[in-house]
Amino acid sequence: MAMNAGEIESLILEDFPDAKVTIEDLRGDGDHYAAHVVSAAFVGKTRVQQHQMVYASLKGRMGNELHALALQTAAPDA
Amino acid sequence: MLDDATRERIQTEVNGSDVFLFMKGTPVFPQCGFSAAVVQVLTHLGIKFSTLNVLEDPAVRDGIKSFSDWPTIPQLYVKGEFVGGCDIIREMYETGELTDLLEQKGVTAAVNA
Repeated sequence: MAMNAGEIESLILEDFPDAKVTIEDLRGDGDHYAAHVVSAAFVGKTRVQQHQMVYASLKGRMGNELHALALQTAAPDA
Repeated sequence: MLDDATRERIQTEVNGSDVFLFMKGTPVFPQCGFSAAVVQVLTHLGIKFSTLNVLEDPAVRDGIKSFSDWPTIPQLYVKGEFVGGCDIIREMYETGELTDLLEQKGVTAAVNA
């Protein structure tokens, strides 16, 4: 089971309406993605917390339908 | 799902070594590219670490995800604290933060790499 990039992006945007989300399909197989998420919600959070927040927005799909999502998160430059 | 026995087993493992990695396969024979990447970083830094192969332990494979509230494997623990999965470890390695963290925690390389 795979997910398309648009689906991933809209799930993330639901939880982070201000986010700048860039998604790249690494192999063109709909199963290995890289996502770059920049949101003010990440300010003051550790990397682990930031990634946990993104995983939560994917509502259990990470590790299931979504096999591989290389994640990079950041707070916007002040 | 995480039952008490599994939680205790995981806790004992992460407390038992300064640097502990839950991975797929073994350091010599990683069975997943993400696990292999973390092994490579640790090896490159000359850090001594212990591992558990979750492919041989379905209870831990499942339970570790609740334990750390983290959906994927590999997972790296330093002095009992969850540090991150493959992306975070790679990023921290590139920025030098991983070395800083290990130093702060009093984990030093066995051999100066």
